[in-house]
Amino acid sequence: MEKNLAIEMVGITKAFGTKVVANKNVSMDLREGEILSLLGENGSGKTTLMNMIAGIYTPDSGKIYVRGEEVVIKSPIDAYSHHIGMIHQHFKLVDLFTAADNVILGEKFDNVEKNEGRADNGAARFGRRIAFEWLRRNRVRELQKIVDQYGFGIDLKRKIYDMSVSEKQTVEIIKALYRGADILILDEPTAVLTPQEIDKLFAVLRKMRDEGKSIIIITHKLNEVMAISDRVAVLRKGEHIATVDTATTNEKELTDMMVGQKMDLNIEREMPQNPKPRLFINDMTVVNKEGRTMVDGVSFEINGGEILGIAGISGNGQKELLEGIAGLQPMAKGEVIFHNPKENKPVTFFHNDLKQIKAKAEAGMFHYPDGQRVVLKGMRDKDIVELVNKEQILYYEDEIINLKDRTPREIQELGIKLSFVPEDRLNMGLVGNMSIVDNMMLRSYRKGKSIFVNRKRPKQLADEIIQDLEVVTPSDMTPVRRLSGGNVQKVLVGREIASSPKVLMAAYPVRGLDINSSYTIYNLLNAQKKKNVAVLFVGEDLDVLMALCDRILVLCGGKVSGIVDARNITKEEIGLLMTKVPDDVQKYDYDNAKEGESND
Amino acid sequence: MTKQKHAKEPLMHLTRRLNFSPKYAWAIRIGAFVLSILVCAIVTTILSPKANVGFFFRYLFTGTFGTTRLIWALFRDLAILLLLALAVTPCFKMRYWNIGGEGQALMGCLGAAVIVSQLYGKMATPLVLIIALVVAIGFGAVWAVIPALFKAKWNTNETLLTLMFNYIAGCLGAFFVKKADPNTTGSLSFLDSIGNAGNIGSNQFILIIIIATVITTLMAVYLKYSKHGYEITVVGESPNTARYVGIHNKKVIIRTLVLCGVLCGIVGFMMVCFKDHSFKAESATDTTVGGLGFTAVLISWLAHFNPLAMVLTSFLVVFITRGAKNVGDYARLGANYPSMMVGIFFFFIIATEFFINFKISFRQKGELPKEPDDLIKSSEETADKTRAQSADAAAATPASATEA
Repeated sequence: MEKNLAIEMVGITKAFGTKVVANKNVSMDLREGEILSLLGENGSGKTTLMNMIAGIYTPDSGKIYVRGEEVVIKSPIDAYSHHIGMIHQHFKLVDLFTAADNVILGEKFDNVEKNEGRADNGAARFGRRIAFEWLRRNRVRELQKIVDQYGFGIDLKRKIYDMSVSEKQTVEIIKALYRGADILILDEPTAVLTPQEIDKLFAVLRKMRDEGKSIIIITHKLNEVMAISDRVAVLRKGEHIATVDTATTNEKELTDMMVGQKMDLNIEREMPQNPKPRLFINDMTVVNKEGRTMVDGVSFEINGGEILGIAGISGNGQKELLEGIAGLQPMAKGEVIFHNPKENKPVTFFHNDLKQIKAKAEAGMFHYPDGQRVVLKGMRDKDIVELVNKEQILYYEDEIINLKDRTPREIQELGIKLSFVPEDRLNMGLVGNMSIVDNMMLRSYRKGKSIFVNRKRPKQLADEIIQDLEVVTPSDMTPVRRLSGGNVQKVLVGREIASSPKVLMAAYPVRGLDINSSYTIYNLLNAQKKKNVAVLFVGEDLDVLMALCDRILVLCGGKVSGIVDARNITKEEIGLLMTKVPDDVQKYDYDNAKEGESND
Repeated sequence: MTKQKHAKEPLMHLTRRLNFSPKYAWAIRIGAFVLSILVCAIVTTILSPKANVGFFFRYLFTGTFGTTRLIWALFRDLAILLLLALAVTPCFKMRYWNIGGEGQALMGCLGAAVIVSQLYGKMATPLVLIIALVVAIGFGAVWAVIPALFKAKWNTNETLLTLMFNYIAGCLGAFFVKKADPNTTGSLSFLDSIGNAGNIGSNQFILIIIIATVITTLMAVYLKYSKHGYEITVVGESPNTARYVGIHNKKVIIRTLVLCGVLCGIVGFMMVCFKDHSFKAESATDTTVGGLGFTAVLISWLAHFNPLAMVLTSFLVVFITRGAKNVGDYARLGANYPSMMVGIFFFFIIATEFFINFKISFRQKGELPKEPDDLIKSSEETADKTRAQSADAAAATPASATEA
């Protein structure tokens, strides 16, 4: 064993359940006094690996050596005893305490209590053990030494609730240093910072490295990797691909390692049949509750009969974009125009009342089945209702609806369905403690005038989904929370599809699924595409996006960095788009593709 | 494998039971009830030289079932407690922790008392009672809805606010009593005016019991089969999902709290006009409602918010309270003795929830977990299989991904 290794990991494997292998036989090391970047896509196992060093998980197999000595790290306290400290993405601070008190929180002051010259018999020891531990008034002064040493510009007497995100992060770092950590792990520290704050953080990290600390920084931003690190370790799908010196590599090489070779997935894919625009998103801007712009002037369209993929590192506006379309997030700017495919279809009372139908007839929007234009003037209301109910009044063209002022419920009822599978699976669209049947009627329970819910049709639907999608469950009355992840997702996606949507937005529908269940979901989405539904697929796995989708929209920092033809693109090209918005944004659609062909 | 050389498995650890059978749960609950009564008996024999176990059980039962009148009174008390529990149940199902049932019911009492004391004799008695009912409902609803509005608007903590509202209601009541009759000790009696209200024939109990039966049935149906009840469950279990399916969370919260307040108002009206024929508010805590609003919280919670199970839990609590009061009277154990017995009962019943939800496993020399290598292998095998299958499928389809 080399002497200058701070941490060495050999053959670390960690699996969750029997399906998900987060880390597979990972061997890597951290040298003393260096900054190592841990690079990888979402779900490549970076955080899991670091959590094993920090004592939050224990590896299923493999060995961890700290400074050449084999150790078992069972808890974060254990990790501190080996001088390892981790700064998590979500800070764990007490808002009402000052920075200094947060730093010393949880510390046992035995080093203070062990004064020389005191009696050291049993009674005295017992007395000290039960003695009240005073907070010393000068506690801030001792901490100030650390602050000065590394040049953190922070006032330790301020309360946490007064602090900005970057200051809170600084407190976390001071906490780790104060507890004697000389191996520091930072989990995506730059995700929440502004560019200036990032520069400041990097200056501090360099200083700490020069003082002999060893630092691992988890990130997926290539420019930061190049800027800060001495070496880069790349993880892909839980496996360690390589560790390279930053000085001898470049962004392109790292991207290649990160995304890997194109994998042939053999997902069935047909050319879209007669794609007609279904949804126009014009200049959409969404600002979240914290005031950050998450979606920034995004414009694109989705066609009926295609699958439009959305690629991007998570947290780059995917969720806000979809919620904006679904009406769940207010748009700061922009609009969404929906082309309801109504050409030659009968008008119903589902979205229109009698008055609206009359007005639309006046405007000449309807025709009879024989092609004659509908004139309702002078007709009795009763006769009009009868005509509508007999489906005798048809639309000439698609109905154009601006979704801007519609409530989420109205948007839903127009057939724009969002199925979002969050990390914890059960927070958006399903209720864990309710049975499959009750979950089926979440969307439809309002139908009908009765004050009571009707469980008959949801039950039929539940049984159909259980049978068709092979959901493994004891019965249709089983609470959804007891099902395994794949089955939960089948229930969710199955329900959305059963409502015969016109636009289906599926976000991460295969998140955490084993390969069998994933294929079931892909087939479901393909079947929807054949039914001329506009499918929007947000995915994490580029291989899947490239094999399943017709076009891929790449998001970066809330902006569209490109819309590309999924059939003629390389993984590396998408990878670069994910990390940087090019000056000249390419937008592919079928029309200009055809033009291109004719030009040839 | 990692050698856990420093680690030693603890002597025992807790695991959550995911699939407990209802039979097991009921066995534990019944066992706990029996045990709690036995402990009550033993404590009583220790406290009083007069009492032995036989004495305890004799007076426990004669105190509750001794005479026909006592049985009627038992069921009337049960009905009142049950109604209060039903009132707060929709809130709890919605995970809105309304512990202000006490104050909301007291406001109902106050509303009824204000009308009866001010309007009696000025118009026909039935009319007075109807106005009293309406005002009681109004008072109760307002008291329930104010914290709900705060919650909906500013996301304030409903537990604290509803708790504090109880004491404000108590003080308002005491203020009114002092204003209405400066010479009283904190209680207004309506025995002379509406002493017969609520009697059916000569039976003064049955009306309350009938109302409780009807409301229990309605509430059970409302929670289980109505669209409102369904919305309440969704909002309670997962507010975010509710948002995703287009349920207006705030509207549901306010609507449910109005319902709760209305029910509390009705209970308050019945307490003043049908049961006590008086209104008491000596201080913020010593009132007509007398802590039943807090007991109702436990009743509802112990029954897992199931209205029909609440009949049982409220019966048990009323049984112990009345029985213990009788034992205490005969054994001269003082006024606080019944509370002690109820405390022991609750202690055991609440503890059962722990044993139902968790399993205690002791350390044993077991096998090590399955080798992770096997796990990986098996998942890889399935993956390969699927790929092979889908490759076949793709070969059969001309327009497969690779050719396109």
